Amino acid sequence: MIPAQFDYERPTSLEQACQALASDEDAKVLAGGQSLLPLLRLRLAYPSKLVDVGRIAELKGVHDRGDHVFIGAMATHDEVLRSPVVRDGCPLVALAAAQVADPAIRHRGTFGGSLAHADPAGDLPAVALALEAVFVAASAQGEREIPAAAFFVDYWESALRQGEILTGVKVPKLGAGWGFHYEKFHRTAQAWAIVGVAAAVRRSNGSIAEARIGLTNMGATPVRARATEAALQGVELGDQVRQACEEAAADTSPPADLHAQPDYRRHLARVLTHRAVRTATASP
Amino acid sequence: MTVQEVGQPRRRKEDAKLLTGRTQWTDNLSRPGMLHVTFLRSPMAHARITGVDVSGARGLPGVVAAFSGQDLAAEQGSLPCAWPVTEDIVIPDHPPMAVSEVRYVGEAVACVIAVDRYRAADALEAIEVDYEPLPAVVDMTQALSADSPKVHETGNKAYEMTADFGDIEAAFRDAPVVVDRTFVQQRLIPTAMEPRAILADTDGESFTLWSSTQIPHVLRVMLAVVTGIPEHKLRVIAPDVGGGFGSKLQVTAEEVLCLLLARKLGRPVKWTESRSEGNLTVHHGRDQIQHVRLAAEADGRIRGLQVSLLADMGAYLMLLTPGIPLLGASMCNAIYKMDAYQFNCTGVFTTKMPTDAYRGAGRPEATFLIERMMDELAAAVNVDPIEVRRRNWIRHEEFPYATISGLTYDSGNYEAATDRALSLFGYDKLRAEQADRRDRGDPVQLGIGVSTYTEMCGLAPSRWLADANFGAGGWEHGSVRMLPTGKVEVITGTSPHGQGHVTSWSQIVADALGVPFEDVTVLHGDTAIAHKGMDTYGSRSLVIGGVAVLKACEKVKEKARKLAAYVLECSPDDLEFEAGAFKVRGTDSSKTIQELAYATFTAHDLPEGVEPNLDSDATFDPDNYSFPHGTHLCAVEVDTETGMVKLRSYVAVDDIGKVVNPLIVEGQVHGGIAQGIAQALFEEATYDAEGNLLTTTMADYLLPSAADLPMFTLDRTETPATSNPLGAKGVGEAGTIASTPAVVNAVVDALRPYGIEDVRMPCTPERVWRALEGVRR
Ligand SMILES: Cc1cc2nc3c(=O)[nH]c(=O)nc-3n(C[C@H](O)[C@H](O)[C@H](O)COP(=O)(O)OP(=O)(O)OC[C@H]3O[C@@H](n4cnc5c(N)ncnc54)[C@H](O)[C@@H]3O)c2cc1C
Repeated sequence: MIPAQFDYERPTSLEQACQALASDEDAKVLAGGQSLLPLLRLRLAYPSKLVDVGRIAELKGVHDRGDHVFIGAMATHDEVLRSPVVRDGCPLVALAAAQVADPAIRHRGTFGGSLAHADPAGDLPAVALALEAVFVAASAQGEREIPAAAFFVDYWESALRQGEILTGVKVPKLGAGWGFHYEKFHRTAQAWAIVGVAAAVRRSNGSIAEARIGLTNMGATPVRARATEAALQGVELGDQVRQACEEAAADTSPPADLHAQPDYRRHLARVLTHRAVRTATASP
Repeated sequence: MTVQEVGQPRRRKEDAKLLTGRTQWTDNLSRPGMLHVTFLRSPMAHARITGVDVSGARGLPGVVAAFSGQDLAAEQGSLPCAWPVTEDIVIPDHPPMAVSEVRYVGEAVACVIAVDRYRAADALEAIEVDYEPLPAVVDMTQALSADSPKVHETGNKAYEMTADFGDIEAAFRDAPVVVDRTFVQQRLIPTAMEPRAILADTDGESFTLWSSTQIPHVLRVMLAVVTGIPEHKLRVIAPDVGGGFGSKLQVTAEEVLCLLLARKLGRPVKWTESRSEGNLTVHHGRDQIQHVRLAAEADGRIRGLQVSLLADMGAYLMLLTPGIPLLGASMCNAIYKMDAYQFNCTGVFTTKMPTDAYRGAGRPEATFLIERMMDELAAAVNVDPIEVRRRNWIRHEEFPYATISGLTYDSGNYEAATDRALSLFGYDKLRAEQADRRDRGDPVQLGIGVSTYTEMCGLAPSRWLADANFGAGGWEHGSVRMLPTGKVEVITGTSPHGQGHVTSWSQIVADALGVPFEDVTVLHGDTAIAHKGMDTYGSRSLVIGGVAVLKACEKVKEKARKLAAYVLECSPDDLEFEAGAFKVRGTDSSKTIQELAYATFTAHDLPEGVEPNLDSDATFDPDNYSFPHGTHLCAVEVDTETGMVKLRSYVAVDDIGKVVNPLIVEGQVHGGIAQGIAQALFEEATYDAEGNLLTTTMADYLLPSAADLPMFTLDRTETPATSNPLGAKGVGEAGTIASTPAVVNAVVDALRPYGIEDVRMPCTPERVWRALEGVRR
């Protein structure tokens, strides 16, 4: 299909980009285009202008910042999953990025674009939520930080305001004792998650000291499986873990679509959370 | 000694061009002054059109014209159905652009012609259409109830057809075992790699249509009839075509409309569909509800088979729509012996995209139902599924065999293919592992599926087509021209779109004429070059078209023999032909056929009554089908916690007779198996209750890729076909026909201990999980 007509700008600095967005309230940011272009082609979106942020140095790269990893919004999935800084500092991000779509899309799609798009079926939002990442946004008015828990508002809606650009995300390093796993359930290798589970688990003396669990595609936003997180605390590795994971779908309102009805998604959330936690606790 | 070409795994002559992007896809073509057309499509499944206003589009920049169906009503005619399967079949009028009523979502209601695609697409939004909604008819069973809303005034039944062989009542009377099942063949979207594209041009008198089609020859005849353009003023070209799977075996609304628009505007007009547009409007495949009953003895020997089908035609009957389910009518009995067989099929109209040929066309549906039933029978009589087949199949010494449904299978060896498959698969070991997992209550269960399929290829003997009331013959044409330098130009009436005919025909000709493989070129797909043809579908090309080329070679050789005798001053009977040369027996004197070609070019010294050429034509009409067969075995792991089915191993042993190019055959089998697996596990075109297609993108219509498939283990047995001199049987559809039931049988086999007897296709994780939930409760 063919998109409706739009203007195109490709600024080379963050400041210019903020100006370009401020001057046109129907303008939209273009990152890797892997989600935005399909929307344009299907004529589900009609922006007047695309501001391509692909040439802005400030948005690029992955940086070790001591207690956290700063992932530039324009870092591609492929860069992220190969980055030693990410693999050491926040391995869960690399594990999930490796499961996004296929190699072609991972070379174009960006970390920031995936999060700004705020698709609850995307793999990275649940990870950012579980890791309690902090989102950095810039606009003509200046810069602000948004905690992950406040960033995802609704289906395809984030806390970013019109005119704001996500410059990058601060992902805290969790330190020693943590194990990670991203369990993605999908029908074909290239398909989106029917349900996904991002698990970060800290072990201590054969039991679980702390667990953080983010769920993909279990509602209008990525959600934390709070009941299971609480139930897992202090639990010995073994059968009790399964029992704690029975709560994984509590307080979720998963969508119905061609691939799954809500009751099946709830069931999957329970089974997959158990698998994710089990694998995370077994990982070195 | 020259190597024999036939049988060599030659790399394809076609590939260098494909891989380096030098192909001529229709969408790459451009003509001076070319315009672009876009179609406005109905968002309603069923509605009366009470007004179409295209004036808003006409004034927009770059727009050359805009038309509604009403504007074209006088000249657009009706799209053809070439297969009136019964005397009283209802074939509704099918305007290429809807005029007064739309009957499926996606039906064209207006069009814009503009100087580029972008303006044409934008201008569609300026067209206003008023619809008065009518009730959608989505479910076939409901469509047949008396109080159902009607798709056409005549009602929702297109036809009903019954065929009876033997005494079916007697077969079921007092039968010790009766198995009764209902299977659903979901609706599928063919999804060729290259979307459809069309370019129509005219010089004011003659017309040329380039189309991404499988059937340039059939299309030319049909378009001449529909548009009134005289056949000799219409040239149809299928340039490089990127796959079809039957979906391009069609006379489409867009082809007719592009031609009409070129005539109206006097300028070239091009259209290329988008993938979503294609999902809506490329004809769909399958879509049957199959009620099947099987009567057997206590030991599993079949007495009788009763098949009753509802076949979803969609909103109209397109080129072959009503005949597709009937292509399976002679195949439900498959490789098995039985006393009686009854086949019944009702074609039903619904407000959905019409169905038509899709890889296998009727045979996959037939094979599925019988191979699923054989597993159900095995379970009912508590015998291994392989054993129950052995007890029923035609033994190799019984060929030729006249089947219950009236076909004569010329050759086959089901025992050999099955034995080979079992050993490659490690059947006994897998059964042992299955038993172990069952004992342990492993959450991941193993299932083993078998399919001992056969099919009929080489569509089709013209006499048979006459009996089936089909509107054309089943012959194929081939020409061979010896060029002055001794090179060979072959012209075929087949229309390859990925099958590698250029390579395989070169191998056949190289052997027949004793010329190098590299010295042969093959032309096709242009009615001005290949003047006669019946095109490519139904695994017919090699066994009919390849044979026509072989026969043309024989004629060339006969001509050359006369000339050689004259040049070598001997009697034709003294000549032997070897390695491309005529040799006077017992001497050293000889002439190659390539040298003789030059002699006809100069024509300086030819015998009396010999024309100066070595060219020949042949048309071949087979007197029987060919019947590939084989045994496919599949192992799946079913995660009973999530319902996920994972393919673990897959073995296919096919008997497709003599093989011209094993590399091409492997490619066909690989792709075929993948496509059959896709039906079993992944693909489904879904309409909602209002008749909206929900699977318009590839995010919703799931196609498997290489990452989702196991390595296939392939092998062959070889029982030559006797119905053609090549001994070949055809391989284009075998994989698709065989694999679907093998996979579903494996899924059901894994779940049978839980009391599950069927899982509806595609066997998605959710369906499998729900089946398990159903029995856990
Ligand atoms: C076939 C296919 C399969 C896919 N499968 C998956 C999958 O399995 N899992 C998964 O997680 N994802 C999947 N994706 C999506 C992919 O991850 C995309 O890369 C991602 O959703 C968007 O990233 P992008 O850089 O392409 O953003 P774009 O498409 O350019 O933008 C997406 C949205 O975010 C906004 N935006 C982008 N960057 C910024 C920024 N810096 N500041 C403010 N707003 C911004 C845009 O305005 C737009 O609204 C798939 C995509 C495709 C095409």
